[in-house]
Amino acid sequence: MAFDKMELRDIEVWDGNFAAAQAMRQAQIDVVAAYPITPSTPIVEGYAKFLADGYVEGEFVMVESEHAAMSGCIGAAAAGGRVATATSSQGFALMVETLYQSSGMRLPIVLNVVNRALAAPLNVNGDHSDMYLGRDSGWIQLDAYSPQEAYDLNFIAFRVSEDHDVRLPCMVHQDGFMTSHTAQGVKTLTDDVAYGFVGEYKPMNDMLDLDHPVTHGVQTEEDWHFEHKARQHNDLMTKVMPKIQEVFDDFEKLSGRKYNIVEGYDMDDADVAVVCMGTSVETAREVAGEMREKGIKAGVIGIRVFRPFPFMEMAEALKGIKAIAALDRSSPNGAPGMLFNELSGVLFSQKSDAALSGYVYGLGGRDLTKAHLVDLYNELQANADAGKVLTPLQQFIGVRGPKLSFL
Amino acid sequence: MSEIKKIKNLKEFSTSADRFEGANLLCPGCAHSIIVREVLNATNDDLILSAATGCLEVCTAVYPYTSWDASWIHIGFENGSTAVAGAEAMYNALKKKGRLKQPDREPKFVSFAGDGASYDIGFQWISGCFERGHNMMHVVLDNEVYANTGGQRSSSTPIGSSATTSPAGRVSYGEKKNKKDMLSIMAAHGAPYVAQVAPNKWKNMVKAIQQGFAVEGPVFINAMSACTTEWKFAPEDTIDISDMATDSLVFPLYEIIDGKKLNITYRPKNVIPVEEYLAAQGRFKHLFKDQFKYLIKEWQERIDSNWDYLQRREEAGV
Repeated sequence: MAFDKMELRDIEVWDGNFAAAQAMRQAQIDVVAAYPITPSTPIVEGYAKFLADGYVEGEFVMVESEHAAMSGCIGAAAAGGRVATATSSQGFALMVETLYQSSGMRLPIVLNVVNRALAAPLNVNGDHSDMYLGRDSGWIQLDAYSPQEAYDLNFIAFRVSEDHDVRLPCMVHQDGFMTSHTAQGVKTLTDDVAYGFVGEYKPMNDMLDLDHPVTHGVQTEEDWHFEHKARQHNDLMTKVMPKIQEVFDDFEKLSGRKYNIVEGYDMDDADVAVVCMGTSVETAREVAGEMREKGIKAGVIGIRVFRPFPFMEMAEALKGIKAIAALDRSSPNGAPGMLFNELSGVLFSQKSDAALSGYVYGLGGRDLTKAHLVDLYNELQANADAGKVLTPLQQFIGVRGPKLSFL
Repeated sequence: MSEIKKIKNLKEFSTSADRFEGANLLCPGCAHSIIVREVLNATNDDLILSAATGCLEVCTAVYPYTSWDASWIHIGFENGSTAVAGAEAMYNALKKKGRLKQPDREPKFVSFAGDGASYDIGFQWISGCFERGHNMMHVVLDNEVYANTGGQRSSSTPIGSSATTSPAGRVSYGEKKNKKDMLSIMAAHGAPYVAQVAPNKWKNMVKAIQQGFAVEGPVFINAMSACTTEWKFAPEDTIDISDMATDSLVFPLYEIIDGKKLNITYRPKNVIPVEEYLAAQGRFKHLFKDQFKYLIKEWQERIDSNWDYLQRREEAGV
């Protein structure tokens, strides 16, 4: 062994960035090609320090841009080994071309995305614009709401992404600053247990198998392109969810921490529900509890697996709910919000008559307060009582000036 | 230890075991395939290759076929160099960790890219690879134009050439800017070896490639690739046109070692006028109209001056 193991306490006080960096260390990644950007920089810095202190044995390539970071990751993954990196926002946007290339080439890569707004205007704070930008890229997208989850989901990401039936890259999202820079107690795995869970990397079509040369990244035109894209979509729709569930189950057996493709809180007897992602899930859970004391049967649905989208799981979770709010933390720029649209599809296909309303909130790090959510749940209860949406279909929460609403 | 191929004569060299198949879609007369074969045949070592988007890529890896009998990767237009750098990083990681499948073999890492993918859109990626010192060779297939997309100008397009985005016309002689001096730029990165080569001077070229493989660190090779389609000459004239380029000194062959020492590697016995080289190609046809003839004189003066500069550097050992 040319690197040292690290002794961790059972519970460490880590922010989301450091939790992700620790998980990357414990996964014994072979190549990290990275470029720093706020607020994900401490992940890369943390990994660099582990390397400097002799806790990491792999190669760490500090490249000249995020596009080059993912390009290097693609070359490294095709060569045949474990690969990961991290980014945010503008860096994520610069990577977009290579996101499609890596998934289309069926290369397992783990990308920690610390969610941040997209310019202009320039903004370093958290919203989900970058996460939404990646949603058609053919990657698996997992969403962490806390440092603990950022830590755990990294291990899960490697297992799912590198599975030979999957072979698709995977993002682990966390909210910029609210998760990435907020220290909380994180229950740790020992180095041996963590690596045992992730497992040894099993190469497939590796360029470095010199006796079996391979060609990666071919040209296909109208004769074959559609089949490649269809196969990738097919695998995302049919193979990925069962694999994620299997790995969630294994992780629960190992750690006692249970993850679900769709996370429901107080949903068993709920009349009204908020569907959201990221740190807002925890805020909504707290408010839902308070609303129940006031007699409103409030629940919360958090999306854990954002892509592939859990269409049928969501249909099941929304069964019997009378009024639903879809919370989008990204400007739809001329349309209903993404979550509103996805949930509309789910509800319509199930012939549901639930009252669905959409809310856009939290852009550029604007707080979603408990007071906002109290108002929102009251609107949902009114919709539930009326059996229809009484408000405009799309409302903005927490923006200055006269209330903004559309449709 | 790397294995350098012994070369006796062209026949033996051109018929030796080939890791780049003749079954490809490149134009008849395209110099790309000659260059690639000369690079690959310069070593018996294993090869990990990449190609940037461009003629070479679209003509050699069309699913479900491949012309490559060595591991090969294409990602995009700008990042072929970084693809190979990533693979090289993985090689180093697995070597350290004892996980190489063939630990006794040391593959060479080579990226191929056109002048557009090297001088223009891929410039930053190449610069990054060279600054970081990856053990790799970047070979430019320099046909002085975006040939794959139909002949648009690049920063390698020479002055007076008619390209589709800098066409010669009633009042314009075509491209207005002189070719970018990439060799100097790459030498300034402190690369241990950079060289300008041409496939018609195949012994000279193979020697440069072998020298490049022998050094540790990033190596930059600018290989002239005469383009029958965009330079507008007959497909069977590729080597003749290439000879005119090297013998007129329009395309001088030289190397720079450790960023500091320049050696001229080919001195034509009979230097031919630049006018002959220009006259042989349709892309310069308009320069022979009265209104633009002054440019031919300027061309000759520029080439003379550049040759003088190269000789003075060589003499001074800098």
